[in-house]
Amino acid sequence: MAKRATREALGETLIELAEEHENLVALDADLAKSTTTTKFASAFPDRFFDVGVAEQNMTCVAAGLATTGKVCYTGSFAVFASGRAFDQVRNTIAYANLDVKLCPTHAGVTVGADGGSHQSVEDIALMRAVPNMKVVVPADYYEARAAIRAAFSIPGPVYIRLGREPVTAIFDEFYEFNFGKAVKIREGSDVSILATGIMVGAALSAAEMLAADNISAEVVDVHTLKPLDGSAILESAAKTGAVVTAEEHSIIGGLGSAVAELLSEKQPTRLARIGIGDEFGTSGAASELLEKYGLTAGDIVRAVRKLI
Amino acid sequence: MKTDGLIAAAESVESIKRKARRIRWDIVKMVGTAGSGHPGGSLSAADILASLFFHQLNHRPNDPGWRERDRFVLSKGHAAPVLYAALAESGYFSREELWDLRKLDSRCQGHPDMRRLPGVEMSTGSLGQGLSVAAGMALGLRLDKLPSRVYVLIGDGESQEGLIWEASMFAAQQQLDNLVAILDYNNLQIDGRVSDIVDIAPASMKWSAFGWHVIEIDGHEVPQIIEAFRQAGTTKGKPTMLIARTLKGKGVSFMENQVDFHGKAPSAEEMERALAEIEASGPF
Repeated sequence: MAKRATREALGETLIELAEEHENLVALDADLAKSTTTTKFASAFPDRFFDVGVAEQNMTCVAAGLATTGKVCYTGSFAVFASGRAFDQVRNTIAYANLDVKLCPTHAGVTVGADGGSHQSVEDIALMRAVPNMKVVVPADYYEARAAIRAAFSIPGPVYIRLGREPVTAIFDEFYEFNFGKAVKIREGSDVSILATGIMVGAALSAAEMLAADNISAEVVDVHTLKPLDGSAILESAAKTGAVVTAEEHSIIGGLGSAVAELLSEKQPTRLARIGIGDEFGTSGAASELLEKYGLTAGDIVRAVRKLI
Repeated sequence: MKTDGLIAAAESVESIKRKARRIRWDIVKMVGTAGSGHPGGSLSAADILASLFFHQLNHRPNDPGWRERDRFVLSKGHAAPVLYAALAESGYFSREELWDLRKLDSRCQGHPDMRRLPGVEMSTGSLGQGLSVAAGMALGLRLDKLPSRVYVLIGDGESQEGLIWEASMFAAQQQLDNLVAILDYNNLQIDGRVSDIVDIAPASMKWSAFGWHVIEIDGHEVPQIIEAFRQAGTTKGKPTMLIARTLKGKGVSFMENQVDFHGKAPSAEEMERALAEIEASGPF
């Protein structure tokens, strides 16, 4: 099956949703082609607003639209949506608990050649810490579609983190997305690999590699980072007794942190975190960057072997 | 008939002035009772809010969610007392609640919270965001083909925020003629005079150049304020900016043009003096 980027789901899904819901509007900040909201703009020109290079304004205009009964989806890149407009997200959208669904693309280091200025390694941490905000990181195109669709009916703000790099499909068009519920996609008994976003694919590959060595790895897709599916994680950790987290994000404040917070309070378990260290990204091809920052299936395998 | 109209207009102006006095009295009492808050920038906007809430706004205090209502956004959220006083006087909630300003879990939070207090159209406090929000509201109302208009009060110090100018360009681009901004131009901010810190002058030329219909008024002259609102209502194809020259602390002699009363409450003795002064200034 052809690889597709999670961002490709945005424009297409918005068109479908807009056909069903008259009160859906979308905004972007001069990145409509990259985020794919330009598809929505062509289909519904009256319900799309390009604010130009002004992410803070986009965020607050969306808030104003939301007060008139609109459900607003916003584009832009993750680094700008969460960072440049952080105060607008915090003080205007989240504080007022408004129906704005932030769907930034180009998250993580797989942005590639644009380099560290454009690679958001801390956006999950920022968004997780904001009250009222929900955080979803889809693993593939189909999960992205489903999450974007589900966000329409989730009250208040939602942050859906999308990527630029095409990834292999894990799910299909019949996938049923349950917000807030982690998905066990492979049963195992020796170790739990909890992954989010594009690292879910790597986790599945790692599980295959481990199986060859008679290590049985459970793989759980933690697509919703907030609210975290604590019971599913605790259950898997209790069964296997060892947990490895994997995310294309800093190990500070992301999935690894959330799982560490949960386990250390409720059920101390051996834990290793795969993620980006406390550093910025750099230019390079996506595959080179995944390797440089230790985000490959091989890195997960090594972490598992060391842990158990 | 014309004479009757003039008499009616004069009565309307007198009635708005009375409301403004009541609002000023409430501001001083609220901030004095709370022991903290922002009296200066609240007092400077009292005549503008009185003109809005008791003349211009099409609203239903007993039905705050009425779809066709006009909206008011207090972008300079620290002036919460003037908004709360206008809302209470309009009947959105009891005046008694005003004395809970800034208390634990009060509906009258230090800065306006739309999720707590009826009549507050947007939670504000972090400066520079209300104009963008108001532009979004104006867009949404236009999409729904509603006649509602959106009013937003911004501060002069607040105009140093870059987002104000992002919003300014956007509102002009979208030709939001259902949007009216009012600049409370008292030339004082926490650290001193706006013109000494980072000047926003020439404000009129800036807003004109950014594509807005600009009307300059004395922000304490009620007839000028309501005439400007009328003119804004007939402007097509562009948003309107009312540049309102104001006096920070207006109505309390020892607070007028005093930068220290930006964010300082009067002492008990000062509060009594201020209330007496407002009471002596005319009927409520």
